[in-house]
Amino acid sequence: MKPKLAIFVAVTFALLAYGTYQALVVAPTEATMGDVQRIFYYHVPNAWSGGMMLFINFIASLWYLIKRQPVADALAVASAEVGLVFATIVLVTGPLWARPVWGIWWTWDQRLTSTLVLWLIYISYLMLRRVTTGGQTPVMAAVLAMFAFATVPFVYLSIWFFRTQHPSPVFGGGGSVAPSIAHPFLWNLLAFSVYSFLLLYLRFAHERKRQHFEESQAAALIS
Amino acid sequence: MSSRVQQGELGRLSSLIAASLVKDLRLEWRSKDAINSMLFFALLVVVIFSFAFDPTAEDSRHIAGGILWVAILFAAVVALNQTWTRELRNQVLDAYRVSPAPPLALFISKVLANFLFVGILECLMAPLFVVFYNLRSIGPVYQLVITGILGTWALVVNGTFFAAMSLRTRNREVMLPLILFPISIPAVLAMVQATTIILTGDESARFWMTLLGVYDVVFTLVCVLLFETVLQAE
Repeated sequence: MKPKLAIFVAVTFALLAYGTYQALVVAPTEATMGDVQRIFYYHVPNAWSGGMMLFINFIASLWYLIKRQPVADALAVASAEVGLVFATIVLVTGPLWARPVWGIWWTWDQRLTSTLVLWLIYISYLMLRRVTTGGQTPVMAAVLAMFAFATVPFVYLSIWFFRTQHPSPVFGGGGSVAPSIAHPFLWNLLAFSVYSFLLLYLRFAHERKRQHFEESQAAALIS
Repeated sequence: MSSRVQQGELGRLSSLIAASLVKDLRLEWRSKDAINSMLFFALLVVVIFSFAFDPTAEDSRHIAGGILWVAILFAAVVALNQTWTRELRNQVLDAYRVSPAPPLALFISKVLANFLFVGILECLMAPLFVVFYNLRSIGPVYQLVITGILGTWALVVNGTFFAAMSLRTRNREVMLPLILFPISIPAVLAMVQATTIILTGDESARFWMTLLGVYDVVFTLVCVLLFETVLQAE
């Protein structure tokens, strides 16, 4: 392992460990919800990281459509896969919290449904990547990513009008947050953001290696 | 001067669209492949749903919107899958690619043809629904027509585009619904909600109809911008 990557990994795991310590030990037990509220320190940073990765996917896909550079496609596939993993964690931890607090596992509310629809779209994105033939995968995937991005506001608007139950954003959503909660939360937000970038980098490096390998094989075939 | 040139371009584009559209309609008129399979498929969906739910007249008003659009969505996929595979025979699509005709003309003519096919399907299905589900609209009927037009366009414009994309996949017939349905979820929600609201006459369906209209404009634009990329992808 290269020294820079080793430092990156070490910092990430130190941050994750510190974040977990903050969330499980330092943060106070919430008055009405009890310990189950601690999932919040995990759920929201994961949602944030997943959203960030899917946004990177959009940027990388746009970059690919304009410049047609394989590096952009490597970034697109890496960010889509990592983003989908984070989105899956969000979709699993959400109901775990909702069951004791709302009394139901799932509700067709704005943020839940939007996340689910986005998740479905990115599954179809990865499926399309697998079945496209003749080296057209990057173009087709990038085109689908444009559609995915254009759909997000419509999903959000339609479900918003449909119904809403999810608690409004804790930060910037009106209510004030006690520093005893904000502090562990921000540490976790940082930790999971760094972690998502580590995963993105690893997957991206892997994809680049695969691309180089395919190129060298193609070159060997010609010569 | 430049406006005259533009008018000439526009005239050329519309004559190309017309030529391609007439060809598609003539092919369909002779074979009736798309319309027959679509119609029978939609009929099956409607009959199976009416067994599955066994609705009374009052219930049916609440669920008919959903069933109608699901039937149309599934049936449209049957037709959409055939639009481009037809062009693969005798390398027609390759001929399109090397011809100087703008890809836009080809795309728009395909969308219009599919819009007509699905529109005909809807006109034939509507009376069937009234009979099977004892429907009577409480809200204004002209809004149902508008919702139908906007909703069909939303399905057909994306569907035609994704059908062209799924030509490049190994299992193209399976792939089309898998990429079309997730992207269409907000549009489907809007059409089902608008239809249900109009049928039950509860409130105004204006929000959903506006949403559908904006969806149509945005996605038509995205399709038009990206179609050349998909057609020429190598």
